[in-house]
Amino acid sequence: MNAVLDISGLNKSFGGIKATDDLNLSVRAGELHAVIGPNGAGKTTLISQLTGMQKPDSGRIRFKGRDITAMAPYSRAHLGIARSFQITSLILEMSVLDNIALALQAREGHSFRFIRPAHALTRLRAEALALLDRVGLADKADQPTVALSHGEHRHMEIAIALASKAELMLLDEPMAGLGIEESAQMVELLRGIKGRHTILLIEHDMDAVFALADRISVLVYGHIIATGSPDEIRGNEAVQHAYLGEE
Amino acid sequence: MDLSLLIIQALNGVQLGLLLFLVASGLTLVFGILDFVNLAHGSLYMLGAFICASLTFLFGNFLWAVLVALPLTGGIGYLVERFVARPLYARNHLDHVLGTFGLILVLDTLAHLIWGPAGIAVPLPHWLDGQIALTETLVIPSFRLLIIAAGLAAAAGLFWLVNYTRLGMLIRAGASNRTMVSALGIDIQTLFALVFALGAMLAGLAGMLIAPITEASIGMGNSIIITAFVVIIVGGIGSMKGAFIAALLIGLIDTMGRSFLDDIFKLAMSPEAAETSAPAVSAMLIYIIMALVLALRPQGLFPPRTR
Amino acid sequence: MSFLTRRGWISAVVMALLAVLPPVFFLTGNAFYLDLATRLSILAIAAVSLNLILGYGGLVSFGHAAFVGLGAYAVGIPAHHWLYGGLDFLATTSGFVQVPLAVAVTALFALITGAVCLRTKGVYFIMITMAFAQMIYYLIVSIEEYGGDDGLVIDTRSELPLIDLDNPLQLFGLAYVSLLVAMLLVRMITRSRFGMVLQGAKGNEERMVTLGFNIYAYRLTAYVISGAMCGYAGALLGNFTTFISPEMMDWSRSGELMFMVILGGAATTLGPVLGAIAFIVVEEILSSFTIYWHLPFGLMLMGVVLFARGGLMGLLRGRREDGE
Repeated sequence: MNAVLDISGLNKSFGGIKATDDLNLSVRAGELHAVIGPNGAGKTTLISQLTGMQKPDSGRIRFKGRDITAMAPYSRAHLGIARSFQITSLILEMSVLDNIALALQAREGHSFRFIRPAHALTRLRAEALALLDRVGLADKADQPTVALSHGEHRHMEIAIALASKAELMLLDEPMAGLGIEESAQMVELLRGIKGRHTILLIEHDMDAVFALADRISVLVYGHIIATGSPDEIRGNEAVQHAYLGEE
Repeated sequence: MDLSLLIIQALNGVQLGLLLFLVASGLTLVFGILDFVNLAHGSLYMLGAFICASLTFLFGNFLWAVLVALPLTGGIGYLVERFVARPLYARNHLDHVLGTFGLILVLDTLAHLIWGPAGIAVPLPHWLDGQIALTETLVIPSFRLLIIAAGLAAAAGLFWLVNYTRLGMLIRAGASNRTMVSALGIDIQTLFALVFALGAMLAGLAGMLIAPITEASIGMGNSIIITAFVVIIVGGIGSMKGAFIAALLIGLIDTMGRSFLDDIFKLAMSPEAAETSAPAVSAMLIYIIMALVLALRPQGLFPPRTR
Repeated sequence: MSFLTRRGWISAVVMALLAVLPPVFFLTGNAFYLDLATRLSILAIAAVSLNLILGYGGLVSFGHAAFVGLGAYAVGIPAHHWLYGGLDFLATTSGFVQVPLAVAVTALFALITGAVCLRTKGVYFIMITMAFAQMIYYLIVSIEEYGGDDGLVIDTRSELPLIDLDNPLQLFGLAYVSLLVAMLLVRMITRSRFGMVLQGAKGNEERMVTLGFNIYAYRLTAYVISGAMCGYAGALLGNFTTFISPEMMDWSRSGELMFMVILGGAATTLGPVLGAIAFIVVEEILSSFTIYWHLPFGLMLMGVVLFARGGLMGLLRGRREDGE
């Protein structure tokens, strides 16, 4: 078992409500591992703990064998964890290209460089353009980010996650708020990325999850109740109960 | 140091602390509920002092003046809310700060126009102007006791208002969930205006209470406002309990530091060194305390629950 | 495509006028206008450096007057000891000691207070920067040796080779060139990788952290740079006024600097300079009419906040900006 990400016994409560309850999860190198679960299952809380925005009450998070439970958020990024946001989280006042360029800049270590204009760095520009091309936004590179549509913002999120060349990409509901056609485009985009990066996909859209995932974990009330291949999950009684059963 | 001096200074510290609480409570109330930063809060403190001074001369009686000046400062607070604060609620904190900074210039200059450049001393009635001998060596001005009593009464009234009345319930609900209060059919605009006016009255009261001691003067609000900021930063912005405890803490530390720090320093260094360094350190003391609190607890001592 | 953008042209014209007009006035017997321009240029340096934090960093620092004041005292205190004795290691009138001292002291103060302030956010940050500035204010007030409340007269201006600061034209020249350098410096910083990170953190903090930027360190660095530049402006201001007092650090001075930045247009190269010009000119005009000039001035400031978003640069660009 070569787990890139290994979560064991994770707990997190907010004033008596257990958002994460003895959560165990292991993501293997190279797989696209989806986490699904009903609303309020604790998916976002899980992501926040993985990126370090929230501290778990107990439990361990290991990345490539290294304990990162207490590591600062920015340091996790340096180790090779990238994240896309459920609610689009871009720097709206900057151009599309600059958003991507900043992600590239982040990958190259510190940015305590005061003298040369960032725009003059043609290498960064070229690479950012290539990434934008990959997500189909090359022609919008110089537009202000705020001018793009929601669907395009979702694609930018993916481009930023790609820019970091992270070993592990945490994608938090990339389909959120997308129409049918846009969702199909996003599935295609993710299919193209799949296999080249290890991906933990948190997603609501079942069609997308079953179309893309190598393995699926089902999160209910902060606890993983089942992990397995899409077929195994389809046939799992506990999962059916959680999704279809009465309240 | 002798004991009676210690007691007197402790009482002075409590007095300063209570005045600070009156100013800080309004600030923290307005910020906690309206998410509005009002730099001009100190100007309301100043206006309270001036209005009370004028009315004292008009009525010939300090207490009547206070009773009439209170609703007047509340009214000014209402006007400030209506014409300056309300258009700025939707803006960011920077705009709040700049807008109310302009308001300070306006209010201070208006005070200058109306009351002139010099300060106005406020005479006290005879029965308040005396001294009370607690022991043979311990004599304190009776007015200072009144300040302490009034400050405590205002604090108690505020706690009662916030914790046990319908208005207080709405205020607490409004602080955590604005849309919910609106959904209950409460006119949130009126609620906000009331909160603002209440804050203005509290600041005004502090100004009225201090005026007989220091006299009413232009710009008197601009130094207390910073200390009040220190209070609510230490206490936790938006927390009434935090404001009360921090106000007493800051009041005591500041007063004690100014009176006894040189004595304390003399235990560890030469008298000359103590004489020169003590004033400088005591001037910075409350800010150093603030920095220490922040270093340990960036949200203050009593951070309010999630907004 | 023209050689300069419209904004570039405006900047060039404004800065050229600022270079030429004051000396012309001076040589035609209107020395007052040269003084005005010198003060303006110095305050503009402070506004330009505040803009780095406030405009590009999105951090509402309400304590920058303290840096200006500390810079001025870094000139005044050595000059005081040079004249009256005491603290021999500090006693000097050499600009080569005083000016670096001003920059070092303010950088250190920015580092210490910034380390605390930047742990907090939003309104906490505003109030804490204010409080630390007030702390320095009270510290200076408490030191009787340096005049306390009454302030300190600088009997001898900083001595520099080639430049004689007692000569108003040369002092103006130094202030003006310093302003140009400050503008170019901030422009260079904001366009660099460092500047991109600073502006990215203003736009979306969580995103920047997730990307792997320790934005605390970047902001602290910008805060120190900004503070040190204000300290330099303070050293010039001390040399210009030759009288310094704690009043220079009063928080209303900080508020005025902020207004210059916002009035002119935050996060632009020329904005703070335009703001400083407008501010000083309006102040001069109003105060020549009435001693109550703060009243219309305050109303004007409120009007600017309520109605003119994006500042003068926004108006010059011919379109209104929608704020943040």
